[in-house]
Amino acid sequence: MRQSPLLVAGSVLAAVCSATALLPTSWLPHDPLAIDPQGRFADPSWRHPFGTDALGRDVLSLIGAGARATLGTAIGAVAIAMGVGVLLGIAAATWPRTAGTAVRQAGAIALALPSLLVALVLVAATGPGAITAAVAIGAALSAGIARVTSDEARRILASDFVTAARTSGAGRVHIAVRHLLPNLRASLLVQASGAFAVAILGESTLSYLGLGTRPPTPSWGRMLAESQQYLVVDPIVAVWPGAAIALAILGFSLLGDGLRDATDPALETRAP
Amino acid sequence: MARLGTDGDPAALAALRRTYGLDRPLAVQYLDWLWHAVRGDFGVSMLSGADVGAEIAEKSAVTLPLILASSLIALAIAVPLGALAGLRARRWDGALVSAVSQVGAAIPPFWIGLVLITAVAVQWRALPAGGFPVDGWADPVVALRSLVLPSLTLGAAQAAILVRFVRSTTVEALGSGWLRTARATGLGRAEALRAHGARAIAIPVVSVLGVQVSTLVTGSIVIEQVFALPGIGAMLVRDVGLRDHIKVQGTVAIIVAVVLLVSAAAEAAVVRLDARRSTA
Repeated sequence: MRQSPLLVAGSVLAAVCSATALLPTSWLPHDPLAIDPQGRFADPSWRHPFGTDALGRDVLSLIGAGARATLGTAIGAVAIAMGVGVLLGIAAATWPRTAGTAVRQAGAIALALPSLLVALVLVAATGPGAITAAVAIGAALSAGIARVTSDEARRILASDFVTAARTSGAGRVHIAVRHLLPNLRASLLVQASGAFAVAILGESTLSYLGLGTRPPTPSWGRMLAESQQYLVVDPIVAVWPGAAIALAILGFSLLGDGLRDATDPALETRAP
Repeated sequence: MARLGTDGDPAALAALRRTYGLDRPLAVQYLDWLWHAVRGDFGVSMLSGADVGAEIAEKSAVTLPLILASSLIALAIAVPLGALAGLRARRWDGALVSAVSQVGAAIPPFWIGLVLITAVAVQWRALPAGGFPVDGWADPVVALRSLVLPSLTLGAAQAAILVRFVRSTTVEALGSGWLRTARATGLGRAEALRAHGARAIAIPVVSVLGVQVSTLVTGSIVIEQVFALPGIGAMLVRDVGLRDHIKVQGTVAIIVAVVLLVSAAAEAAVVRLDARRSTA
C-alpha cells in the first residue's frame, strides 16, 4: 500500500475526531452543560481556550461533547447505509435479471432525489431525533452504495476464478459469501469512509435546521444555529463548531480518497 | 384535532373529521389526494387552511431565482478553475486549485453563509444579513440585493463540488483519442481544445448539472434557513416542525416532480449531444 501525505493527514484527522467522540467526556476541561451567567461571551483565555457562549458554557467542552452526537449519528447512518446498500448491491449482481433490474431502476430514481428531502419526510413522519436522523441519512446514502457495490460485484463475477468456482458446482450464495465479499472489502472500506464524510454533513445540517440531535445534548450543527443569533455580539462563537464540522468532513473524505488511491492498482494517480 | 383542545365536544370533533375526510380509510384518503394532486390541486394546509399549490407558487418567487443565480455562479467559478486545474495538473497552480476545492467541499454551506453574514453584512454593512422584502419583487433592486449573499453562498458551495468534476473531465479529455488526432493535424494543445473541446466538455457538464439540481435543492433548503428567506425550503422545514402533513406531502411531491423532470431533461440533452449514445 502506497502512503501519500493526504492519506496520512486524513487518517490523523479522522482518528482525532473518532477519539474525541469515543473517549469519556470526563477529560473535558469543564462540564459542557454547566452555565455561568456571569461569564457569557468570554474571549478565549487559558481557562476557556475557545471562550464561552451565550449561556457562559465552555465552547471547547461543548465541541468535545458534540463530537459524540455527530459521529454517533454518522456511525449509525453508515452502518444502515452499508448494510442495506451492500446487500442490495450484491443481490443485484448475483441475480442481474430480477433483483438487478429492480435495484437499478429504483436506484436511479433514489439518486436523483435530493437527499435532505428524504430526511425531511422521515422527520415529518416520526419527529426529530438522533435515531430518525441516522435512519434518514442511512436511507439516503444506501442508493449510491448499492450502485457502486453492484458495479464492482459484476466486475468480480465476470472474472475467471468465479467461473472456475461456478463450474465446480458452487451456488450463487456460496460465491457471494466466499468469493465476492472478501474481494469487495477494499472497495467497501473506501465507500464507508466517503459515506462517513457525507453523514457528518447530513447530521450537522439536520441539527442546524433543528431537526436532528435534540437539546440539551451538544451538537455542532445546533451550536452553529444558536451562535447565529449572537453574530453581532460575538462572531467568534460561530467559528469553532464550523471548523470542527469542516475538519471532520475533510478528514474522512481525505481518508476515503487516500484509501482509494492506495488500494486501486489500476488507478493511475495524477498529481493531486 | 388540536384545534378543539383536549376536551372538545365529540360532535364537533366528528364534524371536523368529516370536513377533512379523516373518517375515511387511510388508503382512500391518499388516493383522493393523489387524484386531486395530478390535476394540480394539492389541498389546503392542515393548520392555516391556505391553498398548498398557491403558497408554493408564491414562495417559488424567492427559491427559483436563488437556485438559478447559484447555478450560474457555480458554473462561472468552477468551469475556468476546473479547466485550469486539469490543464496544469502537475504545476503548482493546478494543484492549488485542487487542494482548495477539496477543502471547500468539506466546508458546510451554512457555515460559509454565517461567515459571509459576519463579514459583509455585520462588519462591512454592505448588504442585508437576511430576509426578503415583504412586497416581493415590487422593488427589484432591493429584492436582488437580498439574494446576493445567499446566491454567493450556495454557488460557492456548489462550485467546490463542480471544480473536481470539471478537472477530472479535462484530464480525461487531454488523454483522449480525438485530441491526439487534432494535434496530429498540426494544432497546438490550446487550439485543439478550443476547436473541438466544447462538445467533449459539454457532455459531462450537462449530465452533472442534471445531478446538481438535487444538491441545489438540498442546498437551497439550508441556505434559505441561514438567510431567513421566505422560500419553499424554509416553508418546508417549518411545516415539518409543525407536522403539517398535507402541506409537506404537497411540497415534497412538487419538488420531486420538478427534480425528476429536470434530470430526465438533462439525460435527454446528453443523449442528443453524444453521438455515441444516440440510437439513430
